[in-house]
Amino acid sequence: MALLTVENLSLGYEGITVAEDLTFSVNSGDYLCIVGENGSGKTTLMKTILNLMKPLSGRVATGEGLQPAAIGYLPQQTQVQKDFPASVREVVLSGSLNKSGFNPFYTKVQKRQARDNMERLGILPLATKCYRELSGGQQQRVLLARALGAADRMLLLDEPAAGLDPQITEDMYMLIRQLNESGLTILMISHDIHAAARYASHILHVSRRPLFYGTKEDYVLSDIGQQYGCKVAV
Amino acid sequence: MSENLAMLKYYFEFPFVRYALIVGVLIALCSSLLGVVLVLKRFSYIGDGLSHVAFGALAIATVLDITDNMLVVLPVTILFAVFLLRGGRKAKIQGDAAIAMLSVGALAVGYILFNLFPPVNGNVSGDVCTTLFGSTSILTLTQNEVWLSMVLSGVVVVLFVLFYHRVFAVTFDENFAEATGQNTGLYNMIIAVVIATVVALAMKLVGSLLISALLIFPAISAMRVFRSFLSVVICAAALSVVCAALGIIVSILAGTPVGSTIVAADILGFFVFSLLGTAKGRVPA
Repeated sequence: MALLTVENLSLGYEGITVAEDLTFSVNSGDYLCIVGENGSGKTTLMKTILNLMKPLSGRVATGEGLQPAAIGYLPQQTQVQKDFPASVREVVLSGSLNKSGFNPFYTKVQKRQARDNMERLGILPLATKCYRELSGGQQQRVLLARALGAADRMLLLDEPAAGLDPQITEDMYMLIRQLNESGLTILMISHDIHAAARYASHILHVSRRPLFYGTKEDYVLSDIGQQYGCKVAV
Repeated sequence: MSENLAMLKYYFEFPFVRYALIVGVLIALCSSLLGVVLVLKRFSYIGDGLSHVAFGALAIATVLDITDNMLVVLPVTILFAVFLLRGGRKAKIQGDAAIAMLSVGALAVGYILFNLFPPVNGNVSGDVCTTLFGSTSILTLTQNEVWLSMVLSGVVVVLFVLFYHRVFAVTFDENFAEATGQNTGLYNMIIAVVIATVVALAMKLVGSLLISALLIFPAISAMRVFRSFLSVVICAAALSVVCAALGIIVSILAGTPVGSTIVAADILGFFVFSLLGTAKGRVPA
């Protein structure tokens, strides 16, 4: 059984179909990149996997003992967060709330884990800094550390490089690759097909319907991969 | 100065003045805690809308001649708070307009009711003015109302402390909280109910037109200076309590309306904190 199985999924709002016929599975250790243009249903797919939305039909199932609530999520930043007074530590800690149960306060374990995750992502020196005063790249690292607090097996990343400088973008992708190599399963949404072709192990190309699903190696050789200008850079 | 102190001492010998101070400070404390959440969730206008709903509910209670008007005001306000916060999640322009309509609608209907069914031995404009601006109602609190205010304030503070981290998560990033298995619907509901309670209580203190000030000013002032959620919450609470106490004392000494004086103190606090924030911003951290 795969970590995540998606079968015949159709997605949409109020009866309008955004994407349909999605079938794929993600195994432990995979790095799946979901690519496609704006409006192709990528974010809707991710929200459905996270149980934030109901699918029109089909199903999403988790396996190998993975709880749906234990999937770490790196959302796109919201307007609210841009001037929210919160320290880096507060934001990172909030990721581990799903491990709190009925305890109203954070335990020592949660605090140590938050510290470890900040260290892992190189933001420990920023722990007491204000989130809104950080650079875009630093903010993404904070949200990534928070996502790690919620999950240690699977991460869903929604356009992690949106609005970042080229150099910072590169750093971000390297960081995600490191996380993948350390054993985390990664699901990433991106419209950056070149980055996907460089870092991912599997690619799902959606445009209302799945155009391609398979390994990265097959993708760059496929018609659709060629059409989108993938270079064979394996 | 000593003259003022003597005057204060004289006034504080009256139980109703002490009640006013206790209840005023407690309400200010609760409203500032919730205000931080409202402001950060971009729901400031919901506090305003609710206060007008509370006015309408009070008018109905007066017409029905229900002596303990909280019995009507509290449930009605809670009902609308749940309705507004639920709708507010998906609200775009229409949700905005709905709140504006509800808010002025409640105000208008309330005023009509006051006029159609005037209280037995009161004057309409005096009663309406009291309800809108609070003027003297804080000084006419009965002992039961003081107890009720104290108990409700205590519940609000305890709930806020117990749910503090969840409130933070739901306010900072509702989608993330929901995706990682938090019951965001429940927390939003709790926030709505507590806000309604605070609004209904605060109507006694500052009147329904001025409640928003108690919710919003301390939060915004604290955000000018502080940069973490915890420090903003603590500062807003402290500032609100100081402003409320100051406002009540000044109103006793100067004979000004209580509610408006508290709000004036909040405005003053805002300017002081704005200056502090600017000064702090210039110094490299």
